[in-house]
Amino acid sequence: MSKEKEKAAQDQSRKGGNGKGAAAPVGAVMVVGGGVAGIQASLDLANSGFYVHLVEAKPAIGGVMAQLDKTFPTNDCSMCILSPKLVECGRHLNIEILAPAEVQSISGEPGNFKVQVAQPARYIDLEKCIGCGLCAEKCPQKVPDEFNQGLAMRKSAYVLYPQAVPQKYAIEKETCIYFRKGGKCKACEKFCPADAVDFEQKDQVRELEVGAVIMTPGFQTFDPAKYSSYHYAQFPNVVTSLEFERILSASGPFAGHLVRPSKDRKEPKKIAWLQCVGSRDVKTHSYCSAVCCMYAIKEAVIAKEHAPYDLDVAIFFMDMRTFGKDFEQYYNRAKDEQGVRFIRSRIHTIDAAPNDDLLITYLDESGEKKSEIFDMVVMSVGMEVSRKAKQLAQTLGVDINQHDFVNTTPFAPVDASKPGIYACGAMQGPKDIPESVMQASAAAGAVSATLGEVRWTKTKVRETPPQKDIRPEDQPRIGVFVCNCGINIGGIVDVPGLRDYAASLPNVVYTTDNLFTCSQDTQGQITKIIEEENLNRVVVAACTPITHEALFRETMIDAGLNKYLFEMANIRNQDSWVHMKEPEKATEKAKDLLRMAVARASLLKPLVEKPLTINQRALVIGGGVAGMNAALNLGDQGFETIILEKEDQLGGNARRVHHTIEGQEVQGYLEDLIEKVGNHPKLQILTGALVVGFSGYKGNFTTEVLVGPAMYERKIDHGVTVVATGGREYRPREFSYGEHPRIMTQLELGDFLHEHPEEAAKWQRVTFIQCVGSRNKENPNCSRICCQGAVKYALQLKGLNPEMDVMTLYRDMRTYGFLEDYYRESREKGVLFSRYKLEDPPQVEVDGDQLSVTFVDHVLERPIKMPVDAVILSAAALPNDTEELASLVKIPRNAAGFFIEAHAKLRPVDFASEGIFLCGMAHSPKLISESIAQSMAAASRAGAFLADTTQTISGVTAYVSPERCAACLVCVRSCPYHVPQITGDNVSEINPALCQGCGTCASECPAEVIQVSHFEDDQIAAKIKTLY
Amino acid sequence: MRLQYPPNVRIIEVPCTGKVDINHLLMAFEVGADGVIVVGCLEGDCHYMAGNLHAKKRVSRVKGILDRVGLGGERVGMYNLSSGMGGRFAEIVREMTEKIMELGPSPIRKATGTALKAAGEVAA
Repeated sequence: MSKEKEKAAQDQSRKGGNGKGAAAPVGAVMVVGGGVAGIQASLDLANSGFYVHLVEAKPAIGGVMAQLDKTFPTNDCSMCILSPKLVECGRHLNIEILAPAEVQSISGEPGNFKVQVAQPARYIDLEKCIGCGLCAEKCPQKVPDEFNQGLAMRKSAYVLYPQAVPQKYAIEKETCIYFRKGGKCKACEKFCPADAVDFEQKDQVRELEVGAVIMTPGFQTFDPAKYSSYHYAQFPNVVTSLEFERILSASGPFAGHLVRPSKDRKEPKKIAWLQCVGSRDVKTHSYCSAVCCMYAIKEAVIAKEHAPYDLDVAIFFMDMRTFGKDFEQYYNRAKDEQGVRFIRSRIHTIDAAPNDDLLITYLDESGEKKSEIFDMVVMSVGMEVSRKAKQLAQTLGVDINQHDFVNTTPFAPVDASKPGIYACGAMQGPKDIPESVMQASAAAGAVSATLGEVRWTKTKVRETPPQKDIRPEDQPRIGVFVCNCGINIGGIVDVPGLRDYAASLPNVVYTTDNLFTCSQDTQGQITKIIEEENLNRVVVAACTPITHEALFRETMIDAGLNKYLFEMANIRNQDSWVHMKEPEKATEKAKDLLRMAVARASLLKPLVEKPLTINQRALVIGGGVAGMNAALNLGDQGFETIILEKEDQLGGNARRVHHTIEGQEVQGYLEDLIEKVGNHPKLQILTGALVVGFSGYKGNFTTEVLVGPAMYERKIDHGVTVVATGGREYRPREFSYGEHPRIMTQLELGDFLHEHPEEAAKWQRVTFIQCVGSRNKENPNCSRICCQGAVKYALQLKGLNPEMDVMTLYRDMRTYGFLEDYYRESREKGVLFSRYKLEDPPQVEVDGDQLSVTFVDHVLERPIKMPVDAVILSAAALPNDTEELASLVKIPRNAAGFFIEAHAKLRPVDFASEGIFLCGMAHSPKLISESIAQSMAAASRAGAFLADTTQTISGVTAYVSPERCAACLVCVRSCPYHVPQITGDNVSEINPALCQGCGTCASECPAEVIQVSHFEDDQIAAKIKTLY
Repeated sequence: MRLQYPPNVRIIEVPCTGKVDINHLLMAFEVGADGVIVVGCLEGDCHYMAGNLHAKKRVSRVKGILDRVGLGGERVGMYNLSSGMGGRFAEIVREMTEKIMELGPSPIRKATGTALKAAGEVAA
């Protein structure tokens, strides 16, 4: 950390310590729950100036995401994308991980809580444990391994999973022989080389002072043994979806080999997934768990990829709920290209068939009873709140809803009922990883907005070892680390062979291979080896620098080496993954890639990074609910923020939404929000504003805007940009829309019900038609919000006139999460639902003033024509036209026109370009509550960026060797950023603070006197020359 | 996506295709590449504004040089892809490989090498 930060911290503590009035808030935060949401919230907070106590019930963080094999819809390896975050959390100076630990009690008030945290003894000294695993190896006591869902055994001395953070062992008192047999055994103590075992350790209670608490204890999976007709407890080949994740996993019980758990350990030829196990069932959980459809498709697709034979996979479901961004295409690919069978059905029983096979009896859509035999059945189990999580809510004193999840409201989606306590992730409601991550950032944003003034008051300063002086003339001493990446690389490429090959390369003085080079313990080993072997360059042959280079560069810094003396060879994404069927050629290629990396590494130079100045102003493009919330949060954090709205008033789409499905009044909320935004001392609003120019880079953007009817021009300098350009309702071209006043879209119906409720109350029969302009050839996306919209309006119509016949023609009802309760309520109140097929849509006929709808009844299988008073078209949610903006700001959009975030899973509100963030409908269709959460997340990330004034500019910049410069102006003309200038000495000069490092000038320079550091000609040439 | 493509391509990372020199492209042929592809952002979407347009000009100059020296300009190609177009990338590698198979080994290393080689340059 820089001096500035220390000074800021001192200033702040002076402010806090003046003893006047109420005590200053505490600049520390407690995050309870160490799953991906807790990790994200901790990182966001710690990176923006708060000290974080991360409390996790298990001995390591990671949560359920660490147990997953792959993640949808990108099929990324779960551990691969989580691991860098685990490691960052584990080594973060301002995050203290307390694991295992539990909150015991809380007192105090927002800003000044005192929290008692119980830390059971681990019987391993964390300071001494080196994570070598000898204790586990020598421990004689085998117990079922809960991380592997009991499908494998572990020891009483154990580490939760191979990449666990902290990478420290623990002794489980309940099963340990020493504790059960009164002082006998102690094998672990005997063999521990670090003297880390300590049977005398006592349970501890610590009192911690924090300004706020974020609770995110996550979920547990439903126990399917509760359904006796599925025989989960009796039949070994009936497994849960989480067990199946472990079966698929390379680090799982069968090392990634797809076999079934029965004694025969047979490779299954036919696998079935059963949806809604413990979801959408009033006898267990009435809500929808929101993630199971997608994970079942993912598991089916991945299982087929795993099997070296033609595996038959079938998913038995009621409604296919693939409602998230790009989910529908994932479903379509599985169905149309990857051969996954989808069977719309209700399951009757699972019975035993010979040889441990299973007989599934089900009713198909027409009600006919059918059966089929499978080798293995996966229960797509839902999410539920654990007893301990419920207890946590009670301890913290926050309300829970009827399903035991934390109670929040649509307009304050991360506020628990008690001020100063926030909730995010699956405990707030069933949700997938990106939404958990988004909400975690939102919760961090909510905290930053209230504790902004005490940033940097509790944080610590990193002591980095002095950088070793590596001179260009020093002989390179390269260490090569080859990663197995579980079996991702090692399963295809001959890793030991590659390691040995590396030793034969010039300047390589050390080589090794690791199971996971990115794990935290390996970072420690690398640091040690750099010291012992006196390395001055490091090459890692592993995955992609996009995700992992930053991590390894940190390790370089910790070892006293300049981070630019590091090079990666991508032998996974560019090799083992894409040449799976040609292992020998993949190994050859890996050798080439490694040789090229070593050749370049020999020529790398240490580079200096200069501090980045950051303009402390934020710009929000879009003044709808998302944009306003983002701006409000940034303003509350203390940052001056400008909102640009292209219309002449704020509010966007929300102006046409009158209430949420939960019954909250939207217009009142909106008025209140507009007032808050308007009166906020830090906020400025420009309506009728059109962006016409955008330049600069992270921390230093300039946006040119034409404002108002007079179109006067303004130039705004700002450090961050939040894009919240919103969406719109599709104007249907189908179903005779426009030919009759009572063929309306949902938004039109909302306005009509608001303005003429008495007219609507006279209607006898109304039909909703779903998926209008969604899920078809032109627009393959699901619009996510229309199913709940139809249910919401159907309930409103029934409220106006309970006798009204309301019929919804749908393809799949996608009322995810707690929305399912409203879907059920609407059915109970007599709303009818009839499914139609894409290829056989309903017909709407207009005959004078009369309207009629014809549809095929899916039970009777024949067309029914009925006169109706109104037809409501659930029209698609589309993004606003942002073609020009996207091209000005240089931010990518997908085929539908929604912006593309930096990473679908773990960076849901960031753009790949730093300093630019995304929220609301511009990202994908979403509900108001979801837009609010996402906008707070974007504001949180943007605020963290502004708050971190210690950022530096990249060392990758162009420089001129002036002695041979002819001042020909080619560089001046070719630079897209107009950086090079001709000095008084008549040579070109490039300001490194402004240079973006693209290298265009270097390649254009006719005299070849411009080089780009880190991509110098000889460094690139070294790779080319050693190609063959 | 893990789309499979032929294993005869070696990727060299550059910050932007704007950094791809004519010298680099020719050097790849000199050391034995049978073909070279340059992959940049979509036109109009260059992360560094216009580097890919500079690269396009240079690739076309290299095509001319290759034609003149008898290697054949079709051995080098410029492609524009977004980060979401992995499928197209795999297709391009397949297409280029097929084209090179038709053309046979580069005359520069016909006498020495036997295996099929190709190099790629990709903007980071």
